[in-house]
Amino acid sequence: MSAAPAAAFSGRRVGAMVRRYVYLLVGSGPRALELLYWPIVQMILWGFTSQFLMTNSSYVARAGGVLLGAVLLWDVMFRGQLGVSVSFLEELWSRNLASLFASPLRPIEWAAALVVMSLVRVVIGIAPAALLAILLYHYSIFALGLPLIAFFVLLLAMGWSIGFIIGALLLRFGLGAESMAWAAAFLLAPAAAIYYPVAILPVWLQDVAWAIPAAHVFEGMRAVMFTGRFPLQHFVAALGLDALYLVIGVGAFLVAFEIARRRGSLLQSGE
Amino acid sequence: MPDPAAAIEVENLVKRFKRTTAVDGIAFAVARGACVALLGTNGAGKTTTLAMLLGLVTPSAGTIRVLGEDMLRHRHRVLGRMNFSSPYVDLPQRLTVRQNLDIYARLYGLADVGARIAALARDLQLETLLDRAVGRLSAGQKTRVALAKALLNEPELLLLDEPTASLDPNTADWVRGYLEAWRTRTGATIVLASHNMAEVERLASDVLMMRRGKIVDRGAPRALVRCHGRDTLEQVFLALARETEPVTP
Repeated sequence: MSAAPAAAFSGRRVGAMVRRYVYLLVGSGPRALELLYWPIVQMILWGFTSQFLMTNSSYVARAGGVLLGAVLLWDVMFRGQLGVSVSFLEELWSRNLASLFASPLRPIEWAAALVVMSLVRVVIGIAPAALLAILLYHYSIFALGLPLIAFFVLLLAMGWSIGFIIGALLLRFGLGAESMAWAAAFLLAPAAAIYYPVAILPVWLQDVAWAIPAAHVFEGMRAVMFTGRFPLQHFVAALGLDALYLVIGVGAFLVAFEIARRRGSLLQSGE
Repeated sequence: MPDPAAAIEVENLVKRFKRTTAVDGIAFAVARGACVALLGTNGAGKTTTLAMLLGLVTPSAGTIRVLGEDMLRHRHRVLGRMNFSSPYVDLPQRLTVRQNLDIYARLYGLADVGARIAALARDLQLETLLDRAVGRLSAGQKTRVALAKALLNEPELLLLDEPTASLDPNTADWVRGYLEAWRTRTGATIVLASHNMAEVERLASDVLMMRRGKIVDRGAPRALVRCHGRDTLEQVFLALARETEPVTP
């Protein structure tokens, strides 16, 4: 039996890695439940908060669901990032990196598999919460229409960028950097203007906010909800920033991988 | 010029980790179809050498050719034709044996995954374990699974790091017998790192004795014993490990 020659990029190897994470997800009830749990809890919490504010806040009353929409979209970004980071961590926890990279698998194929799994995890996590929001609060995020697709993709791409940068840190510092996987997104949350307009931030923080794709998305979401118009300038800005950060994120990940080979840490990863 | 008869050609290989020199200018060649053992104490540089042969660790200096390819520049051309097993590298513990083998078979680009897994399961007596999580297996069973992973692609070059570490004598003997038969049948090349003299004497046609990152002696096991004026390979090993002067006949 002879193995197939190693192509520069193989969809089959990407598929093999996706299969590896799907096996893990399907075989572990707690892992699958955890995907659903937090988005639903968040949605219920913010759903009641929205109901209360609808009668007590003119801002929320003008566009019911502005908070729920923000919660669900922020979860797209956060779950998208976790989808990359947690799948990455699975290899460190299982001390599997050496076996993987002694095989023909290339780092860029692994990165592609992490992205696919991130998408799978986001859909599994967010879709039930979005459907429950319709049942419980009569709020449908799908009412955003076509802009929703743009917001979804832009936030997902931002999550991937952060996920790859965390992956690079994990390759460099090992499991000592594990907590970054859960904390990093929240470092950006205040400036991402999820629940409030960027204009509310101090001037210096507004400059930071405009460098974050999510801030443009949430401004765009509010514009669609309040005015019914899709703000193209925010879309273009978020798209450009996402492209830049994805190049930086994937680049950092690939460089960290080569550094790990120099340091011999592919062999030593694990608990 | 690469030697077409050589499975491995290593020249002036060096690996430094900060202030530690793990491998210090070693050179060796392994003929296709041979079984060569790297023998040395802990920290002698065996595992680092294997990791460089696999492309998992980048050398600080030197060249490595594996199956005719330059590992530093074109490792992906050859990784599908080699494989490895080590007790210090796990397979995902929560996945079943079958799932693990399925994933690695696809990573190695095998055509008929199911048939290959079935054949290996039969050969390595894993049939009843295929649907059990790897984390629930005994050490001996895990070794057989790791071996199955390492043989999935019928490698032309198999690298083994302490293949029978932590196994009971009966299981260790079974593994050695299997490897002997497999090599005879396939004509593959094996490089193994080991502390186990019985294993080395049984499996290896040549031995590279390593100490502090250097190759301090080399030869067939019996020739080394004779040359050092000792009775067993273990005595040669201990003499070299303790830095006593080798006894020349």
